[in-house]
Amino acid sequence: MAEKNKLSIICMSGDFDKAIAVFTLASGAAAVNYEVNLFFTFWGLNAIKKETGRGFIGKGILARIFNFLLGGRNNLPLSRLNFAGASPGLMTSLMKSRNVATLPELFQASIALGVNFYVCEMAMHVLGLTKDDFIPEVKDVLGVASFLELSKGGQTLFI
Amino acid sequence: MSALKLDITQDRCPMTFVKTKLKLEELEPGDTLEILLTTGEPLENLPRTVTEQGYTVLETSLVRENVYKVVITK
Repeated sequence: MAEKNKLSIICMSGDFDKAIAVFTLASGAAAVNYEVNLFFTFWGLNAIKKETGRGFIGKGILARIFNFLLGGRNNLPLSRLNFAGASPGLMTSLMKSRNVATLPELFQASIALGVNFYVCEMAMHVLGLTKDDFIPEVKDVLGVASFLELSKGGQTLFI
Repeated sequence: MSALKLDITQDRCPMTFVKTKLKLEELEPGDTLEILLTTGEPLENLPRTVTEQGYTVLETSLVRENVYKVVITK
């Protein structure tokens, strides 16, 4: 068999719709046998926090307030027409009624297909978080040099 | 030898590929997997992507309008 193709995505956005794009590409690519590396940084970290709702997590008062306001995977806002947080739920019902996979389904599919999850060391530090604040599937905490090494020879996207 | 079945006619991308991949992982050598899929993206790409992963497509046939049966073996 030929060497595996590779897709690496820098997941910067914490928007609901962009998270859907990330996990659609990740699960779809893994399903056709790509090695997939997701590198979560800044707002993107919200998508892989262990706490899926709002929690005062992190080190330091400011970080704890930030993390509470940002929330987890269940609080991701739509990048347009968010309507104070009502739209992600409406969008999910619309997706279900159209037989399109929802964010939780795409997220679980990515895990089931062995997509690699990585956390940006710098962003994690800024938000006062540790590796334990993220889902157990997170393989490692990385910096730029490690990510470049990991993504070398494949396709890289920034979402 | 088992003959597995999968119907992805109601699914959309990427779940068509996700469900196929998860089912293919259950195959032992000599087993077959019969997939029902629709024309368009699944029919155009699924046989190609499974072949690239080392599986063999034994049969592709029209079942009814817009629905094809693809039989794959390991």
